[in-house]
Amino acid sequence: MLRTPLREALLRPLRDGALAGFVALVLCLPIVGLPTSETANGLILRPRIPEAIAFAVAVFLGRFALGVAEAGRPRPVALIALLVAIAAPFIRFAPEFSAALAIGGLFVALRASLLAFPTLAGRITGGVKIPPVAIKRAPLVILALLVVLPLTPVIDRRLLDIAILVLTYVMLGWGLNITVGLAGLLDLGYVAFFAIGAYAYALLSISAGLSFWGALPIAGLCAAVAGLVVGGPILRLRGDYFAIVTLGFGEITRLIAINWSSLTSGSQGIAQIPRISFFGVADFTATPDAGRHAFHELFGISFDPSHRQIFIFYVILALALAVNAFIARSRKLPLGRAWEALREDEIAAQSLGLNLQRIRLSAYAIAASWGGLAGAFFAVRQGFISPESFSFLESAVILAIVVLGGVGSQLGVVLAAIVMIGVPELVRQLAEYRMLAFGVAMVAIMVWRPSGLISRREPSIRLGAAP
Amino acid sequence: MSKLLSVEHLTMQFGGLKAVNDVSFTASASAITAIIGPNGAGKTTVFNCLTGFYHPTHGRIILQREAGGTVELQHLRKHQVAARAKVARTFQNIRLFAGMTVLENLIVAQHNRLQRASLFSIAGLFGLPAYKNAEKDAVERARFWLDRVGLTASADVPAGSLPYGQQRKLEIVRALCTEPVLLCLDEPAAGLNGSETAELARFLRELRDEHGLAILLIEHDMGMVMGISDHIVVLDYGRKIADAAPAVIKEDPAVIRAYLGEPEAA
Repeated sequence: MLRTPLREALLRPLRDGALAGFVALVLCLPIVGLPTSETANGLILRPRIPEAIAFAVAVFLGRFALGVAEAGRPRPVALIALLVAIAAPFIRFAPEFSAALAIGGLFVALRASLLAFPTLAGRITGGVKIPPVAIKRAPLVILALLVVLPLTPVIDRRLLDIAILVLTYVMLGWGLNITVGLAGLLDLGYVAFFAIGAYAYALLSISAGLSFWGALPIAGLCAAVAGLVVGGPILRLRGDYFAIVTLGFGEITRLIAINWSSLTSGSQGIAQIPRISFFGVADFTATPDAGRHAFHELFGISFDPSHRQIFIFYVILALALAVNAFIARSRKLPLGRAWEALREDEIAAQSLGLNLQRIRLSAYAIAASWGGLAGAFFAVRQGFISPESFSFLESAVILAIVVLGGVGSQLGVVLAAIVMIGVPELVRQLAEYRMLAFGVAMVAIMVWRPSGLISRREPSIRLGAAP
Repeated sequence: MSKLLSVEHLTMQFGGLKAVNDVSFTASASAITAIIGPNGAGKTTVFNCLTGFYHPTHGRIILQREAGGTVELQHLRKHQVAARAKVARTFQNIRLFAGMTVLENLIVAQHNRLQRASLFSIAGLFGLPAYKNAEKDAVERARFWLDRVGLTASADVPAGSLPYGQQRKLEIVRALCTEPVLLCLDEPAAGLNGSETAELARFLRELRDEHGLAILLIEHDMGMVMGISDHIVVLDYGRKIADAAPAVIKEDPAVIRAYLGEPEAA
């Protein structure tokens, strides 16, 4: 690395640091320095000017240190930053300040040591190449692990719950991948179909007395019909306009769920949705109703409340695998190739005789129906649904899973769902830093894997393999 | 030569501008018809009217069907022109499915036939043999054309990664995979070097002579146009100023003034 003279090595970082410190001061004064707190006499200001200044100084020092490291002196910077990070918890000033100092110090230390040992940096950042064999084998390994997961002793109720949640998002991510990944349509309102499926199941099971297995296909069908009805007009729109309208559709669906109280009982939600049964043959209870069988009696085992949960796990696993099988199959069909062709170039595709409207509508409606099935599953698992569960944030999370995983990549969606849903659930005690970690992960993806975790596209047909 | 396409009084108006003004011409089966003229003369607009991208303000475009009878193109939508009338086209700026492989590009071109064979995906989802056979045929057709233009070795690479000249070729064979009766090529030699242009000319002649295909060609490379065309239509400011065999066009004073220019004094 080029070593600039000391004077120069300090001057520029000093200037950059001052600028960053000033910006931090402007931001920190109102945010950190002037918090309000509620008292008996109403809202009052409790100025914390020293804290705000301390934050600005910390930002100045951090930027300055980074600058010095970049100017060719990373080793001392790394050492000092590490010491600061270690010492931070012992500073008795403000707890947030200590936390910020620790995180900032670690960050500077990491950056400086990456600069100090460039080969290491290369190995960590640029050198991460997932070998194709791993991608090919990974699905089988993951699947095998998942199938035996509920039967292993390490799994407890909480872990199984998290696994079910992750799988629900995997299924949603795969469903949305049909629209976003294959057909290239940015759908920001996918949660609407999730909601329609959930409400369809809840209402059918309560008012019509349908079992989960009877209502499941109807819920999927309802969502598909909604997709057809909505998709018909809005698929005429292009790109950004389409995205905005789907965003509106998602919100409208939620508002209808809130306001159509006679049907959906409004924001109170629908409770006491009938539980899942063992294919309609037996119930998961210790004491079955008259004329019904209990699952444990059927198999001659002792009652365990976790049976239902394990069954639910296998149901969502099967549903998710069904989506996956469907996508894998349809990619090799004219329809799937037409989706991709329209994504690549709609003008050329139409000149070859592809009916844009019909093909896009099929992608949208099929993705919708998978979303509806996931919704029905969600309703039967929770036993309770309310409009709150179907906010825009859900659409955003599902979309983030698809984008993070690599648009169009099935395995990428699984990894992204684990990172985005599973990990935060596992480390609940760090809940405060969830958003921070999420931001860091997003930045890391943008820098190192701008086209998603897995961005390889497998051809749907090969001349070599063709007979 | 029998008449395949007749364009009658075609007019395309954009606001106050008549991009194509009362143009009539015919194209014969098994022949290469070139449309030439200066930039902005309305050549591509004629193509866009033919292929359903524009709906002409006035005029008729009548295509003879193989099975007898005629079909009028001016009312058809983009995908219907390819699907029903069997008119295929390429674009001035190459439009491939860049992320998909060369072979996939050619399979997509056979979408409608395959879609029927897969019973609109239902038979395909369950892997019924009828669909498998149709797909095998489609791959064979693709392989046939790839062999013809020497792209077989690149069949499984993304189309976007091909060199420019090969992308041009791929776009033409992709159009051919729709099994058209009329192939419309919009400046197929643009950006090609001398030997690539010569190879293209040879290929187009082959299509006409061996496959009996009718070709409509927009091109600025006069060497190629004069060499392979059976018939040339000249447009200038949206109007047709000449319509004859190449030898006649070369000598036409109006064409020389508008487009070809005076031969340089030797």
